[in-house]
Amino acid sequence: MKLLKATWDWIDDRTGMSTLLGPVFDHPVPAGAKWAYVFGSATMIAFIIQVVTGIALSASFVTSSGEAYASLQALSDPVNNPLGYLLRGMHFYGASAMVIMVGLHMIQVFLYGAYKYPREMNWLSGVVLFAVTLAMGFTGQLLRWDDIAVWSVYLAAAMSAKVPIVGSGIAHFLVAGDTIGGATLSRFFAFHVFFIPAIIFVFLGLHLWLVIHHGISEPPEAGRPVDPKTYRAWYHQYLEKHGVPFWPDAAWRDVVFGLAMVVVIMLLSWFWGPPHLGHPPDPTLVEVYPKPDWYLLWIFAALALLPGELEEIVVFVGPVIIGAILVALPFISNRGERSWKRRPWAVASVIIILMMIGSLWIQGVQAPWTPSFNAEALPQQVVNASSAEIQRGAELFNTQGCQNCHAIAGYGGQRGPSLSNVADRLTREQIAISILNGRRNMPAYATMMSPEDLSALVDFLQTRSERQAQPHTNPAGANTP
Amino acid sequence: MSTEPTNPHSGPSVAESLVDAGQPLVGRRAFFSKLSIGLSAVIGGLVGLPVVGFLFAPLLRNSRQIWQSVGPIGNFNVGETVLATFEDPSPLPWAGVTARSAAWVRRESQQNFVAFAVNCTHLGCPVRWLQSANLFMCPCHGGVFDSAGFPAAGPPPHPLFRYRTRVRRGQVELLVGTLPVAVEQ
Repeated sequence: MKLLKATWDWIDDRTGMSTLLGPVFDHPVPAGAKWAYVFGSATMIAFIIQVVTGIALSASFVTSSGEAYASLQALSDPVNNPLGYLLRGMHFYGASAMVIMVGLHMIQVFLYGAYKYPREMNWLSGVVLFAVTLAMGFTGQLLRWDDIAVWSVYLAAAMSAKVPIVGSGIAHFLVAGDTIGGATLSRFFAFHVFFIPAIIFVFLGLHLWLVIHHGISEPPEAGRPVDPKTYRAWYHQYLEKHGVPFWPDAAWRDVVFGLAMVVVIMLLSWFWGPPHLGHPPDPTLVEVYPKPDWYLLWIFAALALLPGELEEIVVFVGPVIIGAILVALPFISNRGERSWKRRPWAVASVIIILMMIGSLWIQGVQAPWTPSFNAEALPQQVVNASSAEIQRGAELFNTQGCQNCHAIAGYGGQRGPSLSNVADRLTREQIAISILNGRRNMPAYATMMSPEDLSALVDFLQTRSERQAQPHTNPAGANTP
Repeated sequence: MSTEPTNPHSGPSVAESLVDAGQPLVGRRAFFSKLSIGLSAVIGGLVGLPVVGFLFAPLLRNSRQIWQSVGPIGNFNVGETVLATFEDPSPLPWAGVTARSAAWVRRESQQNFVAFAVNCTHLGCPVRWLQSANLFMCPCHGGVFDSAGFPAAGPPPHPLFRYRTRVRRGQVELLVGTLPVAVEQ
């Protein structure tokens, strides 16, 4: 022990480590800053997991468009490469943890009014860190260089191309040329591994410095508003009375919560495994349904549900407005009440945003807008045709693509309404008009269907009525895409 | 003209300079300060400009469009729409399968072909051709295009991108080398 202490004393004397880190560990924090304050440090721990596992994975990942997939297959083999399998899982669940923790941290800071004077820059640097965390998630999914990743690059390029004037340039910049190819993966690898992490390191450093510089915000109390003229002096007096050293009085909770998070990440990685690797990244494989990872699924859903005429504007203006609101927040409201108990609009806005994201997320998981491409023809017991014309109409229902979007007795897609009982809702003429004219999400068949086929199809749909017993329903429910 | 004392022993000491800094010394420090900042900016520029130029080079490079074969004309039946594949005009040696691309090609008559990009104009997802329904459908958000590539339903705002086609020496060729999702509509 003596030798260890002597060694440390020598190192400390020569490096000045205590002088550098002492104030960080010893700085006083409000004694009331308890479990609600652990999400920031948890985000940082998740980021460290990402850095460490990412560095390890990069030792085996081949940054070549032609060979990355094979290297990922080798990394994902639980039998021959169990640690690679574990590390891929840790990197994925670590990313999920980072997104969840940064979200919880932002909600806590918002509800506690901790973004108010003098911590405006803490909030702004946090907003940047939130944005780049999502960017890391998206670029990371692309490095899973399979068919979905390749089409996700197209998706990113298509979204970027909607930006006025410079959109096409951004799309070419992302793809690193005129087509997806050898340079594309290298570019996203550089974004994911160097550029964006560099931004994170810079802003994380600033964020941490600001936490030390301004001190951790005290737990808010109703009726104790922030007054920029007196706050700093009051805060120092408050710390003198109620302050405790960060280490270990406050840090132990960060460590305990961080450990719990790491254990969850490890368990998920081991028992659930890394995300599924799809087909090879061959752009000629078009039977693909590119979908983002869960944390971006709600944005994907919003893009499906937006009215077409609004979408091009929203894709570009939406992020600008959200960014502007987040940046403006600490300037619009940098004083006054901090407690959520006296800020009902703050609480309401968090609930509304969470409900909105949650609803969109559920829609994204169900993806009812996706046509069912493998819809099986309706079984005979469902068709139950009483004439050859009705039988032909049932076949047309499948071959003309109706069943891709409409289900009957559970057979078919969910894009459009179920037609199991359509004859109870619409007359023969109304059905024919719908088919001929189409709707917003349904093509008009006026030029694509002969009068004879239309008549047969309508005849068949006229038999879809509750009045007529439906003896059979699909036990598996609607077909999947 | 130099304002420094010629004889170091007869001039003010360093301490005296700091305590009683005269205008000339302040001017000298201001000059070195500006010089250092300026030269640092030059260092940053010298290193940074090639880096930025390298990263943004794809924007400045002219698109290289070339005619690429998608197969002999006999492979295509009149009235049929099929998925045809072709190679990137200038693939990098390590591109592997990503050098491949696809287009929906239809032989409309003996010598006339039409070719559509496989990318939906909504968000670039791959559209699929439903032969019996005569429609292109997109899995991502349910976009539908008619057989001429025009939006028929759902969110797509523009028609499918069309490649120029021609027949040369018995081969069906497309003019490729364009990023379909980034084409001004």
